Amino acid sequence: MNDLVSIVIVSHSMDIAKGTADMVRQMVGSEVKVAFCGGDPDGGLGTNVGRIMDAINDAWSSKGVAILVDLGGAETNSEMAVEMLEPERRQRVVVCNAPIVEGAVMAATEAAGGSSLEQVKAVAEELSAG
Amino acid sequence: MAVGRTMIGQDMLETSANGPFVTGKVRLEHAVGMHARPAVKLTKLAKRFQAQISIRASEAADWINAKSVAKVMALRAPRNSIIEIKALGEDAQAAVVALVDLVAADFPDVGPS
Repeated sequence: MNDLVSIVIVSHSMDIAKGTADMVRQMVGSEVKVAFCGGDPDGGLGTNVGRIMDAINDAWSSKGVAILVDLGGAETNSEMAVEMLEPERRQRVVVCNAPIVEGAVMAATEAAGGSSLEQVKAVAEELSAG
Repeated sequence: MAVGRTMIGQDMLETSANGPFVTGKVRLEHAVGMHARPAVKLTKLAKRFQAQISIRASEAADWINAKSVAKVMALRAPRNSIIEIKALGEDAQAAVVALVDLVAADFPDVGPS
């Protein structure tokens, strides 16, 4: 189905990115598309703008893509990746201000119900709201 | 007025119409209580209905929105809690029956919706 918001997970660690994606698939199901990326090409920690763009394009849904990130560079590189997307896609991608694991599970749960990108982001961010 | 009633083991599952609300009660048998996985399942199921659906555990003062995964997870209802469900709207009856069944059946895995 292409009418659900998709989720992209960006961590400094490939293990965390993959583990978070596994949790989403097992807890929420496979109807919501999930892509992930993390780590540098040498197997170390890091995030990479090109890989984030690839993950967004892999997960692409016309309804939008919500990105969950871990620390610092994951967020700035994700924002950069969004800026570098084709203009018509850029408007339908958001970076959520939420804890990566909890945010991903909650965002995917909301997305599975057919919610809009704005609603999905709001639910992911409920945890960080004061 | 009781509109539906089943017995599973010693646990009474009950739904009733109470003014404009349809309400139901069910015992939470899940070994770890209302943790993340059951909370996700309950929320996903609740979202399939148009009705406004609220739940509470163990007669807590506040009802929470059953369609909010963050709030359902935050319930932290332990095993053997009584979960109460109330719904308002055209499909409220179906919603309460489905949610009571989900909890009573101990949150079975279901196919993709």
